[in-house]
Amino acid sequence: MSKKIITTNDWSRRSVLKAGLGTAAVAGAPMFYMKNAYAAEYLNDPGDASSVKFGFNVPQTGAYADEGADELRAYELAVQHLNGEGDGGMLNTMQPSSLKGNGVLGKKVEFVTGDTQTKSDAARASAKRMIEKDGVTMITGGSSSGVAIAVQGLCQEAGVIFMAGLTHSNDTTGKDKRRNGFRHFFNGYMSGQALGPVLEKAYGKERNAYHLTADYTWGWTQEASIKASTESIGWKTGNTVKTPVGAGDFSQYITPVLNSGADTLILNHYGKDMINSLTQAVQFGLRDKQVNGQDFVIVVPLYSRLMAQGAGENVKGIFGSTNWHWSLPDAGSQAFVKSFGQAYGFPPSQAAHTCYVQALLYADACERAGTFMPCEVVKALEDHKFDGMGNGPTEYRGADHQCFKDVLVVKGKDNPSSQFDVLEVVEVTPRAQVEYEPDNEFFAGGDLGPCNNGAA
Amino acid sequence: MTKKVLESELFIMLLFAGAVLTMPLWLAPIGAGYPDLMQKFAIFGLFAIGYNVLFGLTGYLSFGHAAFLGVGSYAAVWSFKLLSMNVLPAIFFSMIFSGIFAYMIGFVSLRRSGIYFSILTLAFAQMSYNLAYSVLTPITNGETGLQLTLNDPRILDAASSNGGALPSPTLFGLKMSGFEGFYFCAVLLIIGFFIALKISRSPFGLVLKGIKSNQTRMKFTGFNTRPYLITAFVISGMYAGLAGSLMAVTDPLAGAERMQWTASGEVVLMTILGGVGTLVGPVLGAGIIKYFENIFSAFNDRSLHEVLAFLPDGMENIVVTLVRPFVGEGWHLTLGVLFMLVIIFLPGGIMQGIDRIFGKSKKKKAAEAAAATARMGEEQHG
Repeated sequence: MSKKIITTNDWSRRSVLKAGLGTAAVAGAPMFYMKNAYAAEYLNDPGDASSVKFGFNVPQTGAYADEGADELRAYELAVQHLNGEGDGGMLNTMQPSSLKGNGVLGKKVEFVTGDTQTKSDAARASAKRMIEKDGVTMITGGSSSGVAIAVQGLCQEAGVIFMAGLTHSNDTTGKDKRRNGFRHFFNGYMSGQALGPVLEKAYGKERNAYHLTADYTWGWTQEASIKASTESIGWKTGNTVKTPVGAGDFSQYITPVLNSGADTLILNHYGKDMINSLTQAVQFGLRDKQVNGQDFVIVVPLYSRLMAQGAGENVKGIFGSTNWHWSLPDAGSQAFVKSFGQAYGFPPSQAAHTCYVQALLYADACERAGTFMPCEVVKALEDHKFDGMGNGPTEYRGADHQCFKDVLVVKGKDNPSSQFDVLEVVEVTPRAQVEYEPDNEFFAGGDLGPCNNGAA
Repeated sequence: MTKKVLESELFIMLLFAGAVLTMPLWLAPIGAGYPDLMQKFAIFGLFAIGYNVLFGLTGYLSFGHAAFLGVGSYAAVWSFKLLSMNVLPAIFFSMIFSGIFAYMIGFVSLRRSGIYFSILTLAFAQMSYNLAYSVLTPITNGETGLQLTLNDPRILDAASSNGGALPSPTLFGLKMSGFEGFYFCAVLLIIGFFIALKISRSPFGLVLKGIKSNQTRMKFTGFNTRPYLITAFVISGMYAGLAGSLMAVTDPLAGAERMQWTASGEVVLMTILGGVGTLVGPVLGAGIIKYFENIFSAFNDRSLHEVLAFLPDGMENIVVTLVRPFVGEGWHLTLGVLFMLVIIFLPGGIMQGIDRIFGKSKKKKAAEAAAATARMGEEQHG
């Protein structure tokens, strides 16, 4: 028996050799990777090339896939507008703007896409491919703060710019902030500051809150922020329960809420998770209950139109906060909604908005800096003030690379007029109310560090 | 070249080393010649080689090897955080910890064989994943993943501030990213391959093969197979730990998803796709799966149109519509089809296909391969 097996091995070894010989022949091919050996000033310098590449790294599968798909639509629209195709969208309303609609620095914008799978490993592999193989100067995307932080760290190490997409964790511009990374989206702390007064007005000071929280950086920091803000208006915090991302079924987490004595459920969930947990909470009859002499209420601190649409009837009357909403009347929002609607037939989500704006802001910063060199672009973006992008006057604070602007408090509409008209804006919380010092306790512990141009 | 030369270890190793070290040259034309993907080829090649020591030689189908990969990654990142950014202690501790972990899981799981063994390992791996994801958050940082920070102690490193930036893993000052990282992984892959070759040709390897063909008969002849099985399990666990540590070396981050059952399933697919029990097969399988994952998944409508631009317009659109579901987010579909084709027509994996092309005594080979698969099948059903 054993003898026979040895023979088997001999043969496979032999075939190995032959396969190896074949590969050796291929190795003779003159494609040689040393073409990058000449000195460039920074990583992926497009040099004299007629085009420049951006990397769009979004979740195309998993719990945040809906957001990812909408982000990709927005990026493609941004590229068209930068290249002077279509109606130009926010290029016409952005102030100040150095964009001319002829690409960036005269180079046509091209892009590559990747699937983050909402996993840090996959997202970093995909970002590395973009940097090492496709030669991008900037990576943007998100939808999960865990992924955003992982990719931001990678871009810092490699030496390209990271324009964060939808990421709401305090840590992205807090303890995990990086010099090469920028965030336009608002964060958990801002949500807390904006929601607090509205919740006090609507639900009073005597509340006992129960948190269900997505178990990763975003959930943790949002829970802490909301907890701090609701406790400051006199609410008590009962249980806080962590749930895995992409759990699908939340019934085992919702049943205990019924008997916990809590009268408020705060869902620190996002994407399909929020749709599932909210739908199940409503199906379990939570909202029909009376606890401590008050109606049981549910709060979803981070709202999005896509999620509200997914949860359907169940969102009616539920409060939350959002970065942007397509019904805003300002010229920038209207221009964006119009061109997005013409291209795809429905209004954009807040994820699409923040990604579109980030792509434009990066392009504009390159124009102003006169180069794609990361350190110069960082300088152009730090403390940059702009307007006409849908959120009113906005500032990219240099101390932590976080954008400061107004925050929207929204509520699920009772009588929606269309399938997209599911949220109504309750209050536009002014920037001053959500602003904080860079060394705020929720953001302390990080350091931007030096900027990185990457090894040429 | 005589048959003897062709089969000598020196020749095989030279050829394998040559093929691995020249990867940047021959992978460039197919778009895979960039460092990150080649690092993945080498790392998952090692993982699959180690897995094959267990599955290929003994026939024990483990569905939990990703747990050892994860343990290796966590150990390496902690070594970076606590001790030093040098990669050698990281690799050392990864292999030690995954070895111990493999011994513990193997000690229990190897009391059963066949499907029961598979289910046990699957259960243990899924337990480890859930622990890493929730209960052990202080050690693993849960979903977010374990990362380096500026204020880690790193007691062995001299106080080098690195200009306030995060340090990166080094081999005595040589950075482990890019091509340097690839060549480091490649050298370890070659060493790992050599050890696997030695194991497969040693008396110890013969015992393992004996266990695969008929364990009961082995026991009747007076062999206590259990220590051999545990040793094989620990060896393959240490290979997985090494692969996990290399993942952290080339990219200092460890996430719980590395331990998920899908990751365990992936290495089974790699081994079967390439050829169970062959030496090079698992490396080939690992390469193909990683290639699909990284290259096929990146295609979108626009890049398809670019590739197919040579076709007439109407034709181009039809072809793009037909091909689109199989690339981009649908790359799993292509992999599934390929896997089915290989299993149906080449039960011995891609190595069997290569044998058919080059092999002289086809009939003999086919019979043997069929017998091997039949044995595998028996083991799984029985």
